[in-house]
Amino acid sequence: MNKSADNLSKIKRSLTRRNRAEARFQWCGRVAIFIGLAAVAVLFVDIIGKGHGAFQATYIKLNVSYDQDLLGIENLSDPEQLMMGNWDAVPKVALREKFTDVSGRRDKRRLNGLLSNGAGFDLKDRLLANPQLLNTTESIWLLADDDIDTYYKSWLDGEAYAARLSDKQVVWIDQLHEQGLIRLQLNTNLFTRGDSREPEQAGIRGAVMGSLLTLVLTLILSFPIGVSAAIYLEEFAPKNKWTDFIEVNINNLAAVPSIIFGLLGLAIFINFFHVPRSVPIVGGLVLTLMTLPTIIITSRAAIKSVPPSIREAALGMGASKYQMVLHHVLPLALPGMLTGAIIGMAQALGETAPLLMIGMVAFIVDVPGSFTDPATVLPVQIFLWADSPERAFIEKTSAAIMVLLTFLIIMNTSAVWLRKRLERRW
Amino acid sequence: MSPADTAKPAKAASKAASKSAPKKVAKAKSAVPKVKKTEPKAKKAVAKTRKAVAPQFKAGQSLDIDDHQITVGKSFSDNAKMTMRNIDVYYGDKQAIHNVSIDIAKNEVMAMIGPSGCGKSTFLRTLNRMNDTVEGCRVEGDICMDGENLYAPKLDVVELRARVGMVFQKPNPFPKSIYENVAYGPKIHGLADSRVDLDEIVENSLRKASLWEEVKERLHQPGTGLSGGQQQRLCIARAIAVSPEVILMDEPCSALDPIATAKIEELIEELSENFTIAIVTHSMQQAARVSHRTAYFHLGKLIEVNPTEQVFTMPEHQLTEAYITGRFG
Repeated sequence: MNKSADNLSKIKRSLTRRNRAEARFQWCGRVAIFIGLAAVAVLFVDIIGKGHGAFQATYIKLNVSYDQDLLGIENLSDPEQLMMGNWDAVPKVALREKFTDVSGRRDKRRLNGLLSNGAGFDLKDRLLANPQLLNTTESIWLLADDDIDTYYKSWLDGEAYAARLSDKQVVWIDQLHEQGLIRLQLNTNLFTRGDSREPEQAGIRGAVMGSLLTLVLTLILSFPIGVSAAIYLEEFAPKNKWTDFIEVNINNLAAVPSIIFGLLGLAIFINFFHVPRSVPIVGGLVLTLMTLPTIIITSRAAIKSVPPSIREAALGMGASKYQMVLHHVLPLALPGMLTGAIIGMAQALGETAPLLMIGMVAFIVDVPGSFTDPATVLPVQIFLWADSPERAFIEKTSAAIMVLLTFLIIMNTSAVWLRKRLERRW
Repeated sequence: MSPADTAKPAKAASKAASKSAPKKVAKAKSAVPKVKKTEPKAKKAVAKTRKAVAPQFKAGQSLDIDDHQITVGKSFSDNAKMTMRNIDVYYGDKQAIHNVSIDIAKNEVMAMIGPSGCGKSTFLRTLNRMNDTVEGCRVEGDICMDGENLYAPKLDVVELRARVGMVFQKPNPFPKSIYENVAYGPKIHGLADSRVDLDEIVENSLRKASLWEEVKERLHQPGTGLSGGQQQRLCIARAIAVSPEVILMDEPCSALDPIATAKIEELIEELSENFTIAIVTHSMQQAARVSHRTAYFHLGKLIEVNPTEQVFTMPEHQLTEAYITGRFG
């Protein structure tokens, strides 16, 4: 009796200790998760705070006249004439008509500096699309220069940043603002154009297309190769020191710094096989090499997780090994394999270093249309913009990061959704 | 003489000889060589005492498995479907089956009993070469079905498994519909010429497995949604859908409740009209209920094969007797 009471009190004492230990452990977990979430929140707030401005651009409304003499063009269908046309003159004339009191070379140059130097080409595109406008006048919103854009946005926010502007330019913008001739508009250029030296004209379309082409190639190559390798190693290969050696090496490859894959691609694909540099083909090949270990490892894990009872059932029915794999193992392992592939793709989408080695860091203005066009990819574009001195590129960089993060979130969410959707219980 | 009658005096005698003796016998099943080395005298003493009280056992028998050489009883049959001669099975360096010879007659239900780890499942799985899938497993000896060597290099294991079906310990329907489960075998072997044919095979198989009435309304629902007993009958239906000659059952009821077990046992009896059945079971009652002959395995050796009634009433070998009276296993 005495002894059992003694034991009971001992147990009770140890119980409080155990409960406290468990509570401590749970709190550690909660703190860890909180730190993680806080870091993500700070990242998002910072990036969205800096980048949201890039989705709008400053436009100035002017009366432009598509004067044939001014343009020096007689026939709109002659490409040579179009090329030689004095397109820049149209917005310049429009500005001078607006601010008639401006004189002197320097002031005139400053006045021209209100508009993007691409404004003339925008008008050219518009005229080509609407040839009936020739020799007419219309009132139209023209893209402002990036310094004006930066100033106007900061001025609207109450913290005017005028370091890159002259006093006169500030006065002109004030006048335009009072007359309602300057405003922020959705920045379609961001989504429709390739890279540019001028921040207001730079877009991510080229990088998005480059990423898309590269990833399509990566998926086409790495998924079948990775899955076949995983199935062979898991189901058919004899277990001996060779397969052990291969397994160790695959695991090693998954941990190799990605820039090494870039060097490998440079040495083999470009220098040996003479694949042109900077193109999605070589990018896709390098990213395939990089993604393969991930896909093989996750696919093997997915195959391993298929219960042996299903294999036995199939073999016991007289299915050949191939039939067992194709009819039973593969369908059950597929969700895991797809998840692995998507995670591998997400990794590849965010990869920068190996692509630097194979020339996908080049400044490319044209939007790539095929696997053999020079291209760059989203993370490299972010890298390039982050490196640019113009202040307006800060918000561009953040905007590009937002687009990249959106793609990553979509991919990872679809991985989770796919797994939930395809998962079969047994 | 009933098993209980033989057991009681034996136990009493053991107790008289040495207080700890029955425990030693129980220990012997798991680590016979070890026990033998450390306490040979105590063990021999038990054996001697037993012999004195149970005189119906032939001379030369002993409870010490290392002394065992020849299977007692009627291992062979004139009407053999499968003949196994001098089978040794190794897992790597470890020998799991020692020199087993036995016949399974046509349309017979052969039960294999024995304590855990005695090799009965391993032996069963050599009959349709399921052990081929196990790394490092090696089978020596002759296994023939209708005179054809199952381990001949020419023989395709796929064909063999179509002729020797198998039902496993845990119900393992494919994660597909009930219909797909049963139709799978006929499909891969190309047994059905048309959709109608296939429907017929599925219905017949489910009827033979006495599952048809329960599932005919939901043939296209997943087989994994059935109860455990129904799943196991589905697995039997799946096995008989390819009309095998022999069906191997590896503890088919060990995961089932008594009612489901009773249904399966009834089914086994019906199936024995058309099929030859080899069943491994842990339940001696089940062996007694369903089988025609019973084989008793002990530590990889085949101790005794006799008609079931005889095994459970008048076992020829004292190891068998010790097992069925519950002194080990």
